[in-house]
Amino acid sequence: MKVLACIKRVVDYNVKVRVKADNSGVDLANVKMSMNPFCEIAVEEAVRLKELSIKEGGVATEIVVVCIGPTTAQEQLRTALALGADRAILVESAEDLTSLAVAKLLKAVVDKEQPQLMILGKQAIDSDNNQTGQMLAALTGYGQGTFASKVEVAGDKVVVTREVDGGAQTVSLSLPAIITTDLRLNEPRYASLPNIMKAKKKPLEVLTPEALGVSTASTNKTLKVEAPAARSAGIKVKSVAELVEKLKTEAKVI
Amino acid sequence: MTILVIAEHDGKTLAPATLNTVAAAAKIGGDINVLVAGQGIGAVAEAAANIAGVAKILVADNAAYAHQLPENVAPLVAELAAGYSHILAAATSNGKNILPRVAAQLDVDQISEIISVISADTFTRPIYAGNAIATVQSTAPVKVITVRATGFDPVAAQGGSAAVEALAAVHDAGTSSFVSEELAKSDRPELTAAKIVVSGGRGMQNGDNFKYLYSLADKLGAGVGASRAAVDAGFVPNDMQVGQTGKIVAPQLYIAVGISGAIQHLAGMKDSKVIVAINKDEEAPIFQVADYGLVADLFEAVPELEQAV
Repeated sequence: MKVLACIKRVVDYNVKVRVKADNSGVDLANVKMSMNPFCEIAVEEAVRLKELSIKEGGVATEIVVVCIGPTTAQEQLRTALALGADRAILVESAEDLTSLAVAKLLKAVVDKEQPQLMILGKQAIDSDNNQTGQMLAALTGYGQGTFASKVEVAGDKVVVTREVDGGAQTVSLSLPAIITTDLRLNEPRYASLPNIMKAKKKPLEVLTPEALGVSTASTNKTLKVEAPAARSAGIKVKSVAELVEKLKTEAKVI
Repeated sequence: MTILVIAEHDGKTLAPATLNTVAAAAKIGGDINVLVAGQGIGAVAEAAANIAGVAKILVADNAAYAHQLPENVAPLVAELAAGYSHILAAATSNGKNILPRVAAQLDVDQISEIISVISADTFTRPIYAGNAIATVQSTAPVKVITVRATGFDPVAAQGGSAAVEALAAVHDAGTSSFVSEELAKSDRPELTAAKIVVSGGRGMQNGDNFKYLYSLADKLGAGVGASRAAVDAGFVPNDMQVGQTGKIVAPQLYIAVGISGAIQHLAGMKDSKVIVAINKDEEAPIFQVADYGLVADLFEAVPELEQAV
C-alpha cells in the first residue's frame, strides 16, 4: 500500500509575524521557514505505519511525500525524506495558492500515484484555513477522517478516532481514504544526521500545475492584511483581595 | 439573496453557535433558511424554527445523516446550493469537517472563520493565529463560509416562526460509517458559550490539581479550559483546549491560571472582554495581554480567590 503524505512550507511556528506597511500581506523576508507542524505529524504517522508494516507484516510499503509550493520547498521535502519518506514530489508554484487550488493539484498527483491512504495536516499555521484535506476528499470522492488522534489500518478499512468539540468520535472509512492530523496523533521524531545525508540521494520529482493540467484560478481575493487591534497590557495587582475588588468595581464582570 | 445556514446540533439539541451563525447571515442580509440534517431531529428542527429572523427550516431526517458524516451531508448541501447566494456554518469541528467538502464539490473557494461582514461579498478573518487580519472578497456564485461564533452576538433563540419543509433527498456515499463516540460529560457551562472561563496551564502540574479550578469555576458559574501544554501533558482531555487549533472563546472574564501565554493559546482567548492572569513567573507573556495580573503561587491564590468571590 502506498501512503501519500502532503506537506506545506510555512513560517516557523516560533516566528512572530509582522504585517507589511502597505497592508499587502505579512513580511516574509528573511523569516525562518519550516514544515507546517501538523504536516510533520502527517509525515510521522506515515512513517510509523510503514515501520509497523515492516515489523508486523502490514500493508504500508511506500511513502511518497508531496508539497505544493515554491522551489525552496525542496528543503521541507528533504526533511520529510530524512524522516523516512521514500521519495518526494514538488508541484512548483511561485504564487500563493488557495486551498481549493492545492486540493486540485493534490488530486492530480493522487490520480498519478494511486495511493491508498493520504495524510495531511488539519490546518496550516499561516492561512489557518483547515480546508485542504476535506477538499481533496470531495474531489476524489473518498472518505475523510479529519482531526485524527488515532489511525488504525485494518484490511480494506481505516479506523480513525477524531478530536471533536465534545470529545472524541471514531469512524471507519473504506480505503482509499483521506486523513487529516490533529496535535495528539503522535510526536514527530527528529531526523538523524545519517538519515539527513541519505535523504539527499532520495528521488525528488518536480512537476508544474501546467504539466498536471490543473487551473489554479481562485474565487477568493485578499484585499488587505492588517495588524489586529492591539490589546494594551493592564496592571499588576498585589493581592487576591485587590483583584476581586477591581473585578467587582472597575471591570464589573463578577 | 437567500442564505442557507447549516444548523449545529448533536441530534438532540440545537447548539448556541447556530445563533451566532444566523447573526452573521443577518449581517449579510437577505432571507435566511436553516438546514437541519441528522436522524430523529424533530426537536432540533423545532428549536431552529423558533430562531428570530429565520424564514424557513429544511429538515433532512434520514439514517444516512445520523452523526452528520461529511461524505453524506456534503452532497446534500451541495445539491441545495443552487438556490442560495451564501452557505454558512459555524466554525465548529462539525462545520469545519463538512463545509470545505461542500465548497470543493461546488468548485468554489471557502472563506474560513470570518469574524466580521464588510459587505455581502467581503469579510474579515484572522490568519497567522490571529496575528494578522485579512479582508477577503469572494467572487463565487455561492459563497461558502464558516463563522467564528465569538465574532457575532447571537440572535434571539425565540420569537421566530419559520415554515418547516422536509427534504426527501438521501445521499449515502457508503464510504464511511460511524463507530462510536466518547463525549465529555460536564455540568459546567460549555466553554464557547460560558460568560466566565477559568483555564489552567502547565503550571497546574497535574490533572488532579485542576480540582482547584473546577471548584473556583463552580462558584463563578464558569466553564473550565486548558492550554495546549496542559492537554499535551495529559492533565485534561482535548475538548478543554483553548487556542489557535482548539476552541476559540471570548467570555466576559477569562482567568488564566499557570498559563505562560504562548501565541497559539492567546489566539484562542485574546478577544475576551477582561483577562486575568495568575502566574508566579512575572515575565510570563500572558501578562502582556492581561488586564489584571497577579504574580503569585496559584495553589495559594486560587483557593483564596474562591473564598473571596
